[in-house]
Amino acid sequence: MSTQVKAAELQMPEKHYINATYGIRSWLLTTDHKRIALLYLASVTLFFFIGGFFAMMIRLHLLTPSGYLLTPDTYNRMFTMHGVAMIFFFLIPSIPAVLGNFLIPLMIGAKDLAFPKINLLSWYVYVVGGAFTLWSMVNGGLDTGWTFYTPLSTVYSNSAVAPAVVGIFITGFSSILTGLNFLVTIHTMRAPGMTWFRLPLFVWAHYATSIVMILGTPVVAITLALAGMERLFGLGFFNPAMGGDPILFQHLFWFYSHPAVYIMILPSMGVISELISTFSRKKLFGYHFVAAASLAIAVIGFLVWTHHMFVTGQSTYAAVAFSFLTFLVAVPSAVKTFNWTATLFGGSISFDTPMLYTFGFLGLFLIGGLTGLFLGSLGTDIHIHDTYFVVAHFHYIMVGGAVMGYLGGLHFWWPKMTGRMYPEWLARISALVLFVGFNLTFFPQFLLGYLGMPRRYHVYPPEFQVYNVMSTAGASILAIGYLTPMIYLTWSAFFGKVAGDNPWPATGLEWKTQSPPLTENFEVTPIVTWEPYDFHNRPDLGLDVPGGGHGPRVVAPAHGDD
Amino acid sequence: MHRTGALFGQFKTLEQQKDTATLGMWVFLITEIMFFGGIMLAYTINRHVYFPAFAMGSNTLDLFLGGSNTVVLLASSFTMAMAVWSAQVGKKQLITIFLSLTILLGFVFFGVKYVEYGQKFHHHLVPGKNFDIFYCVNNPSKCEDIKPADLEKEAEELQKAVKADPDLNAHAQLYFSAYFGMTGLHALHMVIGAGLLFWLLKESVAGKFTAQYNTPVDIVGLYWHFVDIVWIYLFPLLYLIDRHK
Repeated sequence: MSTQVKAAELQMPEKHYINATYGIRSWLLTTDHKRIALLYLASVTLFFFIGGFFAMMIRLHLLTPSGYLLTPDTYNRMFTMHGVAMIFFFLIPSIPAVLGNFLIPLMIGAKDLAFPKINLLSWYVYVVGGAFTLWSMVNGGLDTGWTFYTPLSTVYSNSAVAPAVVGIFITGFSSILTGLNFLVTIHTMRAPGMTWFRLPLFVWAHYATSIVMILGTPVVAITLALAGMERLFGLGFFNPAMGGDPILFQHLFWFYSHPAVYIMILPSMGVISELISTFSRKKLFGYHFVAAASLAIAVIGFLVWTHHMFVTGQSTYAAVAFSFLTFLVAVPSAVKTFNWTATLFGGSISFDTPMLYTFGFLGLFLIGGLTGLFLGSLGTDIHIHDTYFVVAHFHYIMVGGAVMGYLGGLHFWWPKMTGRMYPEWLARISALVLFVGFNLTFFPQFLLGYLGMPRRYHVYPPEFQVYNVMSTAGASILAIGYLTPMIYLTWSAFFGKVAGDNPWPATGLEWKTQSPPLTENFEVTPIVTWEPYDFHNRPDLGLDVPGGGHGPRVVAPAHGDD
Repeated sequence: MHRTGALFGQFKTLEQQKDTATLGMWVFLITEIMFFGGIMLAYTINRHVYFPAFAMGSNTLDLFLGGSNTVVLLASSFTMAMAVWSAQVGKKQLITIFLSLTILLGFVFFGVKYVEYGQKFHHHLVPGKNFDIFYCVNNPSKCEDIKPADLEKEAEELQKAVKADPDLNAHAQLYFSAYFGMTGLHALHMVIGAGLLFWLLKESVAGKFTAQYNTPVDIVGLYWHFVDIVWIYLFPLLYLIDRHK
């Protein structure tokens, strides 16, 4: 008794946010959160491929022990610019500014974010910051490492540090404005009946992310401002030659940049919560715990920053305390992972593309998270500090976690954003290619790091070549895994099969409106009377649920029967 | 999103709009606290490490000018609060008067700051090549705005401080880096605040603010008070602690 209509019979809605108005001005001056999300999508994709290009240069260079492609100086610039492009201009804005921007108002039943003009402003701020940074990249580049450690960055580096620092300083405000907008929106713009514990976990994750953006980003802004002034006007806060303290810079920098890791991973966790429930056809196990774990990660995440500085000669007692707190932050992450796994149990699991990314996330995040504990232990950290072990660890979190979640979310909500489906089989294959490529790239780096290959060096002893060749080969596969979705997603936005309002079907409020939505999101402000992820009591989804879900195992194929 | 009168399209009621705007400003002020927090931390740590140099730096500041500016800012906070009250009770003329007074006091602050910064330039106390904490003591004729008795006292204090910290000049430079960084950042916020006040003034002259709709006055008021509070912290940190020790 499926009420689902075959996709081929569906029609695109007559009026939606994409065809509401025309012309370049209607995009560049829009205050519609959905259009701003697409502007962000275009700009973060650009930076992703810029950062990816630098990554390919690094990997190609490391194909041979003596490095055949780049001069040592250029090599330094490549890994620095890879980090800067990927962290500040892709990972931090990726899920919040693209998916969060598009979805939060839809998910809570609002017409827009609380401050639509500030939302547009944040994109312009991002673009201006990005322009400064690009300017630095094409005018000699940057060779300080993405961490801008002083006094290298303020006194000794001969690269274009100043414009990059200015650019990142400016971009920080884009992040602050986005966080502010989300936080206020979630507080005051919810539709009638959308209580705090009916919020989708994607929204909870963004609430936690916003807290980190609001409390952390201003600190790195002032820190980079001080470092910038030091470089430009010779102030001395971080310059030991003038009585300043470079370790102070590291403290201030990591006070933001460790929580920034949670800016990158928390939204991805939010995406995974949505995906895992939808493709298991099951209420998320332990909703309240998953929501609270997001907040706990945001709070404890602020108390662990000096685990990046165990070898700076800081007080042993401080190191012990920070090591302990680092272990503590693993607890809420584990709570989430256990709850996701428990959600799978007894669910009616389907292997659509978003779910493949979810499984990828689960495995890779697990490895990334557990190796984080190696690094958080004082003794082990001294051995593997500044080696490829660290590189592999954070790529498992950032790429295996954050980017997998981003791509999974992008596929999941692509029909909502564009009204059209991507080619399913191509998407599944490219998700698999990506998973294989990722592991081939980064797993050998764990071994390399454990054997003692330091990061950021342009040469290495010949005995490490096998692993480096594997890693470079993996990077090439990974590149294909990223290029394919970009091509078919772009194609499908224009020529894909029409998706309909709720192709999966999923339970969120965003699926109750047409795809793509109206500029005002909903024709009438919805009134929420149901609990989140309650597949069993949602006859409107057209799922066949015998006995209200208490009978035999629920079988409901995800995506029609095509 | 279309606007109906004072109500922006994304909101359902004026009340919701006001709550949202107010919460937005409070959250923004939290980010500002973190922003100022970073530089205040850098200042505090350096003050702890280079105590004699920082105390010496405090001694060179003009307590009278700094104190007057504190009074001026407190008064401006009062007039701002009165402007907010006038808006809440819908007294349109009073809003304009109090906003004008607030702007006026803001400019008095800028004037005093101009004099203070000017002195620092004349006394070679701006970080950079020509920074010299001993300049006035060694060239009394160039610093005629300081009373001879005060200069003598300063010379004495400098001698003591050099004994405690031979690299006094470098570390005093750190103090003045912090001084210009913190007061400069504060002044920048005042400039933005003054800009906002001019905008409010324009709107208020046009009669836009009523007892029903006065959110902009309210939230600019919050911002102005915040900038004021920052100064309330800067004044003791920079001028008062460890003076003449």
